[in-house]
Amino acid sequence: MPTVTEILETMDYGPAPEATDEVRAWLAARGRFGHFINGAFTKPGDTFATDNPATAEILAEVTQGTNADIAAAVAAARRAQPKWAALPGHTRAEWLYAIARHLQKRERFLSVLETLDTGKPIRESRDVDLPLAIRHFYHHAGWAELLADEFPGQAPHGVCGQIIPWNFPLLMLAWKVAPALAAGNTVVLKPAEYTPLTALAFAEICAEIGLPKGVVNIVTGDGVTGAALVAAPVDKIAFTGSTEVGRAIRIATAGTGKALTLELGGKSPFIVFADADLDAAVEGVVDAIWFNQGQVCCAGSRLLVAEAVAAPFTARLTARLAKLRVGDPLDKCTDMGAIVHPVQLARVRDLVSRGEAAGATLVQAECQLPPKGSFFAPGFLTGAQPANPAMVEEIFGPVATLSTFRTPDEAVELANNTRYGLSASIWSENLTLALDVAAKVRAGVVWVNQTNVFDAAAGFGGTRESGFGREGGREGMAAYLRTPDAKTRPEASADFTATPRPDTPATPGIDRTAKLYIGGAQKRPDSGYSYAITHKGAEIGLAPLGSRKDIRNAVEAAHKASGWSKATGHNRAQVLYYIAENLAARAAEFEARLKSTGHDPKEVQSTIQRAFYYAAWADKFDGAVKSTKTRNVTLGMHEPFGVMGVACPDAAPLLGFASLVLPAIAMGNRVVAIPAASMPLAVTDLYQVFDTSDLPGGVVNIVTGPRDDLARTLAQHDDVAALWYCGSAQGAAMVEAESAANLKPTWVMENRDWTDAQGRSFLTRATQIKTIWVPYGE
Amino acid sequence: MSLPPTAHRNPGAPLDPAWFEQIAINTPAAEARAASLTARRSLKKAYQAAWLVNAIRCMDLTTLAGDDTEDRVARLCAKARRPLADHILAGLGLDQLTTGAVCVYPTMVGAAVRALAGSGIPVASVATGFPAGLMPLDLRLAEIRYALDQGADEIDIVITRAHVLQGNWAALYDEIAAMRDACGDAHMKAILATGDLKTLRNVYKASMVAMQAGADFIKTSTGKEGVNATLPVSLIMVRALREYGARTGVKVGFKPAGGMKTAKDALSWQILMNEEMGRDWLRPDLFRLGASSMLGDIERQLEHHVTGRYASSSRHALA
Repeated sequence: MPTVTEILETMDYGPAPEATDEVRAWLAARGRFGHFINGAFTKPGDTFATDNPATAEILAEVTQGTNADIAAAVAAARRAQPKWAALPGHTRAEWLYAIARHLQKRERFLSVLETLDTGKPIRESRDVDLPLAIRHFYHHAGWAELLADEFPGQAPHGVCGQIIPWNFPLLMLAWKVAPALAAGNTVVLKPAEYTPLTALAFAEICAEIGLPKGVVNIVTGDGVTGAALVAAPVDKIAFTGSTEVGRAIRIATAGTGKALTLELGGKSPFIVFADADLDAAVEGVVDAIWFNQGQVCCAGSRLLVAEAVAAPFTARLTARLAKLRVGDPLDKCTDMGAIVHPVQLARVRDLVSRGEAAGATLVQAECQLPPKGSFFAPGFLTGAQPANPAMVEEIFGPVATLSTFRTPDEAVELANNTRYGLSASIWSENLTLALDVAAKVRAGVVWVNQTNVFDAAAGFGGTRESGFGREGGREGMAAYLRTPDAKTRPEASADFTATPRPDTPATPGIDRTAKLYIGGAQKRPDSGYSYAITHKGAEIGLAPLGSRKDIRNAVEAAHKASGWSKATGHNRAQVLYYIAENLAARAAEFEARLKSTGHDPKEVQSTIQRAFYYAAWADKFDGAVKSTKTRNVTLGMHEPFGVMGVACPDAAPLLGFASLVLPAIAMGNRVVAIPAASMPLAVTDLYQVFDTSDLPGGVVNIVTGPRDDLARTLAQHDDVAALWYCGSAQGAAMVEAESAANLKPTWVMENRDWTDAQGRSFLTRATQIKTIWVPYGE
Repeated sequence: MSLPPTAHRNPGAPLDPAWFEQIAINTPAAEARAASLTARRSLKKAYQAAWLVNAIRCMDLTTLAGDDTEDRVARLCAKARRPLADHILAGLGLDQLTTGAVCVYPTMVGAAVRALAGSGIPVASVATGFPAGLMPLDLRLAEIRYALDQGADEIDIVITRAHVLQGNWAALYDEIAAMRDACGDAHMKAILATGDLKTLRNVYKASMVAMQAGADFIKTSTGKEGVNATLPVSLIMVRALREYGARTGVKVGFKPAGGMKTAKDALSWQILMNEEMGRDWLRPDLFRLGASSMLGDIERQLEHHVTGRYASSSRHALA
């Protein structure tokens, strides 16, 4: 240790190491870990090592979970679930409260353990991970207490399989376990193979407080173990991790009926306008991409800076970079620790060098990296163009790209030029501008003049290939509850014979030609074919045989109708009311048509009522202001998806269509609908009603034809944001699997009684919540 | 310890509102940065001791009270000459240590000069109608000349807050420039009274005008406002002087004053200077802490460092 006199010359900070004695004693005592199943640790099986990425020192051996381990854990969770769900909410609240309390009592221990296992700076474990994890359990103790009041009629899924990543191990555990338990589910959780230790310490806490056996089960292992959990007989899978694995899980769970939420990758924009507080924005970058070594799914990794301030901003950012301290994660002066694993380090290096090879220039901190361990000097890439791999792919390391824009419109365009949609950070002192951009960016979370701010009361989650579902707040709780399914009704399958039949002529009088309805105009099908609509063996008309290209055209038309999503709820309500009015005027004709084809004429009155119902909702499905931090307006806004696909039931040809399409458009979506295949004429008759009701062209597009073929095209369409499908189990499985490519959320259902098919749950499915954080203070 | 009279003089620059009029400052972000700054750095053992010693080197040990007397000032000066008990100084391995300066009212300058004779410790005098500054300009300038005549080495002036609140930058510039002129070779610290200016944008603008008018230091507070030195305000002033330095190449000093009472405060403000500016701003020619009771807490902490025992202030010489 240098003398005071020497230090007075250098004014160095010196070492400030966090002690690890307690954690090392615990690790030494445990040595090799089994799984935590049914309230007890199993004997260790085949184990693998988990190490400290800052030193490559082995910390412990943990067991590679087998199919049998997963089966045992799921069985334990299954046994425990009915009793757990039957407990009064208050009693579950007491358990969650006890967990929160115990995490708090072990706060320092868990912080040190987390830092050892992940390589993240102790300051972050101590000031971010642990406080947020604890807050999550307190917050959800509250939801358990209020469950019956606030979620009447809802039920837990049952057993939840939960797979969490290595970047915030204990915090992600909290995000998964707390709402699941509060809602009455039991869980089997698989921590990431690189970072299993805090989950195992958490298991000990569950045992210590005497949590009922089987409520929380923890099985360690790698991706193979995770896949076994996905395949196991659980009722819901919740996954946080890479988009690649999320997509595989979507495919694996397709058709199984398992509920699914995915919180995946991102390439989030960080937009700096010319009127921003540039020094604040520079600190924002530190919080965005040099936080947790950049291993943050919502990291602001694409810096978009107004050309007017690009030079001073870059200069300030470069100066700030030089102040970062990279090194021993246990040192309290360390800003950036180790990358979690050599595999990840290699990936970061590879992507950065590919970015450089594609023309970007790396500005990197000139810091002395420790000789051992997985370290990467933080930096940013300038001169990256949109096709540069460093601007496209998630680096998941401490390197952002920096590029410029000219106007707010261009900033939004660049921000949305990504397959992801997790978060966005917007820097401007002009709140009008900032909120306008907040509304326009495609992201689940938007931070104004700040970034990477979290709270248990606010929803977190993404859109597009960043996944679906929210964690935190009321919407996060809703993801662990289900509305009991409506009773299903079998329906017959339709016949799509397009071969001309010399039958009796369909209808007397002037021929009526049903067409497709695309962009507000009636269109002939691209195929040029029509198929016969029959009733009791007799042809009652011809319907166009829609195909892939018609779907393509319909989706394009729906995209052009973007004004509908920006219209006020009042204006959308006016159109819906007008549809009801005009349908009512022609009710007799619609009733006669339904009756003559063997359908219930009451569908018409029900459809009129449904239009009124969703007209009523159009300006009332409010968002919320969340109780998060002081001096912060945290908004939870319902946003439409944009363009949705809707495959309608074959039964109830008018009401089934109305029950699905009306809530979707009431919320501001534009829809491409596939009406009842065996009786599309109930819907093709509606075109004139739409036209006379001032429904803008392209808001509702109708393609008749074979439901599953058309639904497949919608599912495979990357520019369709969500898809509802009513039909067969195989069709549902197909829709879910094919939707994996762009990870559009799907809602699949079987035919049901449509007379009561309305309610808030339809609106929830037709929207996603965007959380917008707006700090204030002078 | 006395500064060479030409060290880091700020020659000033013509008034140019374009340097500050469009400044964007986000208060919650400034507060967040200020909070995270001190959480990001930690000083232990000898390092903490050294940084506390450095705080003493940079301290303007101050008495600015209505009941100041020559004897009270003499006692303060005795503490400035010998800020730490001998056993603490020895335990730290130091031979000699004084505070950066002593800061008093103009009528106490003579007493301070006499009490500090031969120590090399500069005497700073507040002037210009401290603390409110609402006196005719000629009297305020006369007060500067009086303090200099009494032997003051440094002058801490106060600005007319009304000029800031009214956006009257020319008036503010002219007044400070006149004061700077009156100061001659003496370093001039411009007290912005940030607690009166309220908004961080006002603070930034006033900082920039003061520097353009030739202030060698910008200083937060008189100690008499409702709110005195805070980290967010200091952060914004430091960013202003960094920007001034980037535009002119001139290094301007910073002096937080008022409300800082603990050794922890001493570390926090030094961390702020080191992180936002760098090593140069941990020297008394560019950084001063205007404080009274802070020294007592530092001495207790350093005694603990040296002896391992928690200290009692009753065993330390009163300032």
